[in-house]
Amino acid sequence: METIKLTIDNKEIDVPKGTTIYKAAKELGIDIPTLCYMELHDMNIENKPAGCRICVAEVSGRRTLAPTCSTKCEPGMVVKTHTPRVLNARRTVMEFILSDHPKDCLVCSKSGTCELQAMAHRLGIKDIPGAEYAAVSTYRKDTSPSIIRDLDKCIMCRRCEMMCNEVQTVGAISAVNRGFMATVAPAFEQNLEYSTCTYCGQCVSVCPTGALTEVNHVPQVLRALVDPTKTVVVQTAPAVRAALGEEFGLAPGTLVTGKMTAALRALGFDYVFDTDFAADLTIMEEGTELLDRLSRHLKGDKTAKMPILTSCCPGWVNFFEEYFPDLKDVPSTAKSPQQMFGAIAKTYFADKIGINRKDMVVVSIMPCLAKKYECQRNEFSVDGNPDVDFSISTRELASFIKQANIDLNTLHDEDFDAPLGESTGAGVIFGTTGGVIEAACRTAYELYTGKKLKRLEFTELRGMEGVRSATIDFDGLPLNIGIAHGLGNARKLLDDVRAGKSQFHAIEVMACPGGCIGGGGQPLHHGNSEIIMARAAAIYTEDRKKPLRKSHENPFIIKLYNEFLGKPGSEKAHHLLHTHYFDKKKKIIIKK
Amino acid sequence: MSHIKIELRKEDVDFIKGVCATFNNDPQELINVLHTCQEHFGYLPAEVQEVVSDGLNMPVAKIYGVVTFYSFFTMTPKGKHPISICLGTACYVRGAEKVLDEFKKELGIQVGESTKDNKFSLSSLRCVGACGLAPVVLVGDKTYGRVAPDDVKNILKEYEN
Repeated sequence: METIKLTIDNKEIDVPKGTTIYKAAKELGIDIPTLCYMELHDMNIENKPAGCRICVAEVSGRRTLAPTCSTKCEPGMVVKTHTPRVLNARRTVMEFILSDHPKDCLVCSKSGTCELQAMAHRLGIKDIPGAEYAAVSTYRKDTSPSIIRDLDKCIMCRRCEMMCNEVQTVGAISAVNRGFMATVAPAFEQNLEYSTCTYCGQCVSVCPTGALTEVNHVPQVLRALVDPTKTVVVQTAPAVRAALGEEFGLAPGTLVTGKMTAALRALGFDYVFDTDFAADLTIMEEGTELLDRLSRHLKGDKTAKMPILTSCCPGWVNFFEEYFPDLKDVPSTAKSPQQMFGAIAKTYFADKIGINRKDMVVVSIMPCLAKKYECQRNEFSVDGNPDVDFSISTRELASFIKQANIDLNTLHDEDFDAPLGESTGAGVIFGTTGGVIEAACRTAYELYTGKKLKRLEFTELRGMEGVRSATIDFDGLPLNIGIAHGLGNARKLLDDVRAGKSQFHAIEVMACPGGCIGGGGQPLHHGNSEIIMARAAAIYTEDRKKPLRKSHENPFIIKLYNEFLGKPGSEKAHHLLHTHYFDKKKKIIIKK
Repeated sequence: MSHIKIELRKEDVDFIKGVCATFNNDPQELINVLHTCQEHFGYLPAEVQEVVSDGLNMPVAKIYGVVTFYSFFTMTPKGKHPISICLGTACYVRGAEKVLDEFKKELGIQVGESTKDNKFSLSSLRCVGACGLAPVVLVGDKTYGRVAPDDVKNILKEYEN
């Protein structure tokens, strides 16, 4: 490969041709400040609109300062990244950005994790000259079921636009207008609710300011906890335990399952359960559906649709309802683990403890923002009483724990409550890309072949590539598996299914890059993809530590079927654990 | 939220689809497609943008972004007599802003809007190349030079019927 030699801050470096100054400096350990640039290199995600102009530097032979994020290295270039001229320019740019920014930092939901606030601190900005003359552009606040847009705080870094359009191919938002009124918005500046938004929350997870944040449900949860008439049940998704520790200063990838359980109990939840239990249940239902469709398909039954698509991910469900409504009978009808949990908690478990479902409040802790929308879907409630009342994100839980003055780090590990807290390793790996289908294979293989699996870990299904495929030998039957994470990758597989070209028997889709561990409700990664990799590793560690690692061996699942549901796919199971999908494609109105 | 809810006729949809097809349904041709559509409809209502989105297979949010970025494109229908006031340097220093204010007052509308009866619409532009006549006002194809605020009433009177 052709390399280029250049000098940055008096240090020489060789870099491959095409490397930007920003990346070359990073290799030298020089941290150039930036607000809009962001890269997740393991996932092939990069945002470099050269919009914020904070990353400028002096480059020999160039009259003006160069934005380092988008300027390529040239042979013999001499770059200076922190000269007085550069510092002065950065300060001026920053003052301009701040002059049109609201000053409600005290109560802004991003306070403390805001990149703009951190940058003002880093650049030593103590006052904003001329702020009283500058326009503070004003927009209305837009609250959807999952996401709040407060665009007075938008600095036009356009990371959200890149995530929504290039990575997710959802296209719900775009840069609109110009000058002071420039911002990022859905078409016709309608509310997000009326756009094609899937609520995946990837825009929120990259927003540097308080322009895009989640709807905060902690106050409602708090009210339920102080209400003596309510029994409050909590469930925690697998990806939460692999990331919550980051909010308390622990290294990424530190598992805090036991401490999280202890914290939830200390917060006053009456029963601390695990969504992983419901993940095991999902495998029983989805696995049974897969085997049923597969055997009918092998017998030549044309009504047996192939491939089967996973349906755990609410962002993904929203995506295919909007873009592929013609394929809405292809995904599995199994509800997501969150909703299966709610349905079982408010029937089986409410009966067990002898209370009415109206007196039970089910709270879920999710790495996800789309889960907030999912639990509000009409089909997931009985007489107006939702199966899951509130869904709060990993970030909201961390804030809640801090509010209650609980020091997560010093808590002793505690176990989940029985019976809805018991899970296998298969339930745990639901939290990362490839995990759902691996869990399904562990159970489906044994049910299909009647033989014990020799090798539990399907490493061929793991990894971070956007689209993966593998063929698993089901005792002579080659089962073709496809995996996609990130909705843009899912679209590629779906286009093949629509065209009738798909060779897969089963496809797993997760809306967020990396799967739930990279979800829109997780602690902010601030562009560091190593954090997401560490969380994935933690999930697989938790799986290895579990005594039981196959869903169908979970004794509480076996008991649930014996006592209540009958068998997987039974009428009762269908009523409680399965759902159907809708055509949500926006129609163009044509005059008759 | 300024867009007007209209229903398109089938031939309108076919026209837009046809325009997209002329440009090979290529998203890179968006601006050309929008130009042709605006020429035909006089403006670009949300519904037209939605059909373009379908035809070029690109998000309608992106199309709206382009429509709101370029001042040439408009989402409000132009009046029967579109009024443009030049705010170029020469016109501006000779009092064009006061003329504009007078039009706003007389018509009760802002720049970019149309009167309720759709008779007049108001826009500003930068230099029509007649700086010797500054300040300049255009009504439809007709040019008025050296316009003073006091002339505004008389100009509007010409279009009473």
